[in-house]
Amino acid sequence: MSDYLLVWAQLAINGIAVGAIYAMVAIGIVLIYKATEVLNFAHGDLLTVGAFTAWGLITVFEFSFLTAMVLTVVLVALLAFSLDTWIIRRIAGQPQFAGVMLTIALAFMIRGLISMLMGPESRNYPTPWTGQTLHWGGLAIAQLHLLILACALGVTLILYYFFKFTRLGIAMQASSQNQLAAYLNGIAVKRVNAMVWALAGATAALAGVLLAPITLVDISLWFVTLKALAALVLGGFGSMPGAIVGGILIGLIEQFAGVYMPDGSKDIIAYLVLIVVLMIRPQGLLGEAHGKRV
Amino acid sequence: MRFDYHTQYRQGFALFKDNSDRILYALLLTVMCAVPWLASSFVLGELAYVFILCIASLGLMVLIGYTGQVSLGHAAFVAVGAYAHVWMMNKGLPMLTSMLSAAGISAIAGLVVGIPAIRVSGLYLAMVTMAFAIVIEQVIGNWSSVTGGFTGMPVPDAQIGKWSLSGPKSFYYFCLVLLVLVVVSLFNLLRSALGRSFMGVRESEAASYALGIQVNQVKIIAFGLSAGVTGLAGALLAHHLKYLTPDGFSLLLSLELVLMVVIGGVGSLRGAILGGLLISLLPTLISNIKPWLPQAWSKQSGFETFIFGFILAFFVLFEPTGLNGRWLKFVSLIESFPLYRKDTFKRNKRYMKSERYR
Repeated sequence: MSDYLLVWAQLAINGIAVGAIYAMVAIGIVLIYKATEVLNFAHGDLLTVGAFTAWGLITVFEFSFLTAMVLTVVLVALLAFSLDTWIIRRIAGQPQFAGVMLTIALAFMIRGLISMLMGPESRNYPTPWTGQTLHWGGLAIAQLHLLILACALGVTLILYYFFKFTRLGIAMQASSQNQLAAYLNGIAVKRVNAMVWALAGATAALAGVLLAPITLVDISLWFVTLKALAALVLGGFGSMPGAIVGGILIGLIEQFAGVYMPDGSKDIIAYLVLIVVLMIRPQGLLGEAHGKRV
Repeated sequence: MRFDYHTQYRQGFALFKDNSDRILYALLLTVMCAVPWLASSFVLGELAYVFILCIASLGLMVLIGYTGQVSLGHAAFVAVGAYAHVWMMNKGLPMLTSMLSAAGISAIAGLVVGIPAIRVSGLYLAMVTMAFAIVIEQVIGNWSSVTGGFTGMPVPDAQIGKWSLSGPKSFYYFCLVLLVLVVVSLFNLLRSALGRSFMGVRESEAASYALGIQVNQVKIIAFGLSAGVTGLAGALLAHHLKYLTPDGFSLLLSLELVLMVVIGGVGSLRGAILGGLLISLLPTLISNIKPWLPQAWSKQSGFETFIFGFILAFFVLFEPTGLNGRWLKFVSLIESFPLYRKDTFKRNKRYMKSERYR
């Protein structure tokens, strides 16, 4: 293999791994948006909570990585469930802007609480795969990246099965299409929406547990929300396959921009993509065009 | 008891409702003018900062509150105003000229952002403006020849002709004069045809289109106007800060500006000022009450963030009309004092209403 191809393949692998995380976060945001029409700006903070919980479980309570991962997912899912039942549900019927403001407020509160409890310093926790790389034909593949890919693939398959074949998944689809009709058909819409929040919280927590070993356990992890929003817009807002495609594309674009574009562009390329896509093709790659209801 | 009884057509949109309004506002203005003789220079500096943020929040209020276009990235316009002003002052332009041109440049930046605003609305617009603010912050950080990069650059002393404005007293008056000018001109603008078409666009784009309002044009003008006013605030802020770094114009400032508008009460200039007052004084208030709080909370950096979030959540959940709504309720309670009913302000039950495109 020539050098160029090698570099490209390496960048592509890294990009897909990071993009898989963005895709997982984006899926969570889409789930909540489709069910409750709330754009959850606190999603990245749920992810941060997941990362910090995993850190606590692994380093303080000395659980194994996999146990800690499962426990974190369950705990954050419970947190998201109770956020919806106690707080978010109260603003149903207010304009969309109220939802944005409320989730921003929650994000501030979560962020403030975490930095009050844990302090400003960054942390790290070990995983069984940290620092191990797989060499394959000149390519160095971090095993963590493979783990992320496996988890993302697993989440996608589970969600696909869940929404296609289980009663709860179909109920969620129904209530996201028309809440009143779903309610009249005997679906407990409030509980179903809270379950959607729990599901989204679970994906956020998983993404957090997987993202933290690559970066650091840090309060600034919430920035992933913004990357995920760029991914959503690129893929088509409100579409699940769009979220996955968009996430992976944003991951790839970032990696390549880091090498082939001027300094500092890696940090903003996602936002530039967001602006350009919304100006040229607001419905995204896989989204459908809609008219506005009057 | 007092009744809103109109005998002339012009009373419906008069600047002041009646004589007691005039007296109250004149009193307020006198008090504001008298403050420098009563307060210490620290308080004067704080108040000047409050006025500056009030100007910025008035600018954002025109956009969010009156035109219904949500911007989560107004810190970008504050930054553009501040940096353009300092750059032009360093080139030797007199302060007032440079300030006005900074506002103009900021308005042009607003027009540029306003153009995608024709194509997208609602949440998408919020995301575009947010992304724009992040991009601008990075651009400022990396364009070191003009902006001094991440290390920042000093701001020249404020001076109009021979008058130096660097003292706290004179800077206070300068900010006060600009704030009053901005309030009066915005108030007049908002009761003109253009202002009413802003509100029309907010209530229903389709309806205002049918009534012959050029919706796209109005949206862009609102963006430019709002960005211009915010840029003016940025130019003033540069003199308050005395040293510009990109960190000062981060996403947090954008969110604080939105906070002012929401907490103040969407759709009223008084709300913008009340919100600006509360949010800009909040950090000082928090540091004043810290000694009474347990050490474990107060010494951590996240405490302020938490309080900000808590107040915002409180207002969204329990008082969506904001401080201005609370004020209006208070006033009408006093005006109808013995006759008010318990249920006057009871909110109706609301149901989920889809705003989704379909």
